Amino acid sequence: MSTIFDCRCSEKVGGLFPELDVPAQGVERLIDAAHVRTQPLRLPDLSEPQVARHYTKLSKLNFGVDDGFYPLGSCTMKYNPKLNEAMAVLPGFSGLHPRSDVSRSQGALQLMFELTGFLRGIAGMADVSLQPVAGAHGELAGMFLFKKYFQVRGEHERKRILLPDTAHGTNPASAALAGFSVTEVASDETGRIDLAALDEALDDTVAGIMLTVPNTLGIFESDILQVTEKVHAAGGLCYFDGANLNSYMGKTRPGDMGADVFHFNLHKTMSTPHGGGGPGSGPIAVSDALVDYLPVPRVRLENEQYKLDWNCPHSIGSVHSFYGNFLVAVRAFAYILQLGDVGLREVSENAVLNANYLQQRLKKTYALPYDGLCKHEFVLSGKGLAEGISTLDIAKRLIDYGVHPPTIYFPLTVKEAIMIEPTETESKATLDRFAEIMEIVAREAKENPQLLHDAPVRASVRRLDQTQAAKNPVLKVPLDGE
Amino acid sequence: MRYIPNTSADRDEMLASIGVSSIEALFADIPESVRSCFRPLGLPPRSEMEVASIVSDMADRNKPTDAVCLLGGGIYDHYVPSVVGNLLSRSEFVTAYTPYQPEISQGTLTAMFEFQTYVCELTGMDIANASMYDGATAMAEAVLMAERIRKRGAVAVPRSLFSHLRRTLDTYCWATDIQIHEMNYLPDGTADWQSLPEQLSAVVVQTPNAFGVIEPLAGLKERIGDALLIVSCNPLSLGLLQPPGAYKADIVVAEGQSLGLAMGYGGPLLGLFAAREEHLRQMPGRIAGRTVDVDGKTGYAMAAQTREQHIRRQRATSNICTNSALCALATTIYLASAGSAGLRQVAKLNLEKAHYLADRITAIDGYELAFAGDFFNEFIVNVPGDATEIHDALVQAGFAVEAPQALQSFGLDRVLRFAVTEKRTKNELDRLTRVLGGSR
Repeated sequence: MSTIFDCRCSEKVGGLFPELDVPAQGVERLIDAAHVRTQPLRLPDLSEPQVARHYTKLSKLNFGVDDGFYPLGSCTMKYNPKLNEAMAVLPGFSGLHPRSDVSRSQGALQLMFELTGFLRGIAGMADVSLQPVAGAHGELAGMFLFKKYFQVRGEHERKRILLPDTAHGTNPASAALAGFSVTEVASDETGRIDLAALDEALDDTVAGIMLTVPNTLGIFESDILQVTEKVHAAGGLCYFDGANLNSYMGKTRPGDMGADVFHFNLHKTMSTPHGGGGPGSGPIAVSDALVDYLPVPRVRLENEQYKLDWNCPHSIGSVHSFYGNFLVAVRAFAYILQLGDVGLREVSENAVLNANYLQQRLKKTYALPYDGLCKHEFVLSGKGLAEGISTLDIAKRLIDYGVHPPTIYFPLTVKEAIMIEPTETESKATLDRFAEIMEIVAREAKENPQLLHDAPVRASVRRLDQTQAAKNPVLKVPLDGE
Repeated sequence: MRYIPNTSADRDEMLASIGVSSIEALFADIPESVRSCFRPLGLPPRSEMEVASIVSDMADRNKPTDAVCLLGGGIYDHYVPSVVGNLLSRSEFVTAYTPYQPEISQGTLTAMFEFQTYVCELTGMDIANASMYDGATAMAEAVLMAERIRKRGAVAVPRSLFSHLRRTLDTYCWATDIQIHEMNYLPDGTADWQSLPEQLSAVVVQTPNAFGVIEPLAGLKERIGDALLIVSCNPLSLGLLQPPGAYKADIVVAEGQSLGLAMGYGGPLLGLFAAREEHLRQMPGRIAGRTVDVDGKTGYAMAAQTREQHIRRQRATSNICTNSALCALATTIYLASAGSAGLRQVAKLNLEKAHYLADRITAIDGYELAFAGDFFNEFIVNVPGDATEIHDALVQAGFAVEAPQALQSFGLDRVLRFAVTEKRTKNELDRLTRVLGGSR
């Protein structure tokens, strides 16, 4: 694929910006020559049609939710309603400067205040901050809250975070970034946290545990109350990774399970788009014990006026420039408002129904290491499907059939994992077609494995050499003279 | 519900196939004692039309376009070309996720690769990542990266950082036990490095700084020993200004909003992050690389992934996963549309218009620039009398100007900060001058 830097430059560009309407003084008179760029920039000067063609062409090399089935486990690739997009570009929101006087941003503050209320209710927790802008960012903010909590209590020896071996990679990375060490807790033969192993790990050096509920195998931690009680009894706190909220939203709440911090992924559960890797939004909900430590500013309602409260002396401070990804919050607000309680419940019911239906059918063809009721996703194994066939081969062959492959090689507790999350926005017909494709691929794996090894053949490129990319990294376009 | 395609007949068939009698049975593994605590929001479902009306009313309550915007402090009211929003709304970009499967993500990956090229060219650096959340977290992560490399447990930062950058940096440094030495500013508004401590992991500098003043960077790298030099800059200014790479910066970070992003009440934003090549293994964030497929055809894939959390877990260079990809694409399209000529032009418009306003204001009795240092598109003036009263008069007259209290943390009293972009017209600037009592 050629890049924008390969496009032939147009002879003359301009016309984006007007001529100067004040008397020109000249750069050299206004700033010291020492500050002025000496090497001319080497950005291509292009006409607009060239730009439009190039990026339209690039878009067609992508696969999004609007293109087809995207069962990327743990990422909740549900349909992104068009209404949300229309709301986010309203000039009253998109044109609003974050340093605007609050008298000019009452609508934005109201939206944040009301969304905070919705999320507090959905989580069943004491309060919410919209500031973190991604799931991992919410985790980090949550770990900062843990740190603050123990610092205030003078419990400086609590430096360990417990993590089930099924945890997302961001969990240990977030804990480590906040200065905690990580202790892994094994899961039992049903894929759930092993309570004996938990007992073993708990002591007065433990700051808390990071849980994903349901866990990354798609299995609900049926002993969740025992788990959180044990951690609390040992003086620790419980962090809930909300990546999998789509499986129980509107039916049950993390606050009722003993969560002290819970992060939302608005770009998963609340239908805001993933954008090729962000921007997302990762608000955190907290229990009573942590409310005072939430990031500043907080949005308050006083005398019928919304205001930003910076005066929170116990706060951890800020984790983002301003108020988080506000325009993502607008989308999530529109979504929740449209769904209402009934819609929120229908989302999780249909997500769980779709996953169980697909699991039931696919386990006849693929190994299902942890059999039983799943929630919104389940994990198959590509191991043993056919001699010499890997999960990677299966995934690449799915591309040839026009579906986005599931998440692969995660969670780490399943060999050759294939993690499938269909979401509620897919029809039975789509699930049936996907199951058929999976069965065809399984048959091909046995009868004509080369088809899988060669896949994909119907994408714009075939399998890429990532080893070479790692050894001799080329990380930008070489420009003239390089 | 409009976003759920299954019919009740579908659901019955699916339940039968699973072998359960009801949807409720699928939730039997959630303890009853947890489920019985559930309370709904008390929120009725609404039609799309009703929601559009409610949310539009909220947007209308903000009325940002009623005022002429002179707000700055890191976020600016720049023009976003139509082509940016139009191409950015293509659902193939919007509804895709992180390019875990490169063969069907070449659009996103190629754009990431182009973005990295643009960032390197603008900043004068060797390598760049595919984006951070915003300028504030980019700066915080730059400090953490420098700490991983030098391990001294301390950094120096000027007092003249934007308040939102400093707030975020303070939080990250508190959490990671990194000590911050604050360097005061000189009378001309530039940072005072006179009493720079030794044994630092990094020295951070922001240019233009919170006063709008361009920091002189020549010789700074030599002065700070082997501490890493982290420069935070305004990328739009780099259409004119010498890039930090020319001053041997080790890491360059920036808020990318000025290049094609809506202000959006401060989010989503875009963190730019560039570094010298030798620091690649310590970089946070996604990076796209060029490679070939099995037929030798050029393609792009995520590179240097062994730094990342999904491989390295607690030993990763960062926890970042979802970043600001669509915003990076906006900036890429903006720069493709502007080109060298357009970027230089828009930077010059900012520079000239800001100086025009500064000249007009300081021609009024009692008004003077607070700092003598060179500035780009933002400046601070000392005002005669009560700054709040003057501020309120400007607001009354239809200008959006930051309240003077926002600058008190810098030890500045009786001042106002003005940012002037290409969008401001001579008429608007003259009108503002008249409100202050000037002759134009």
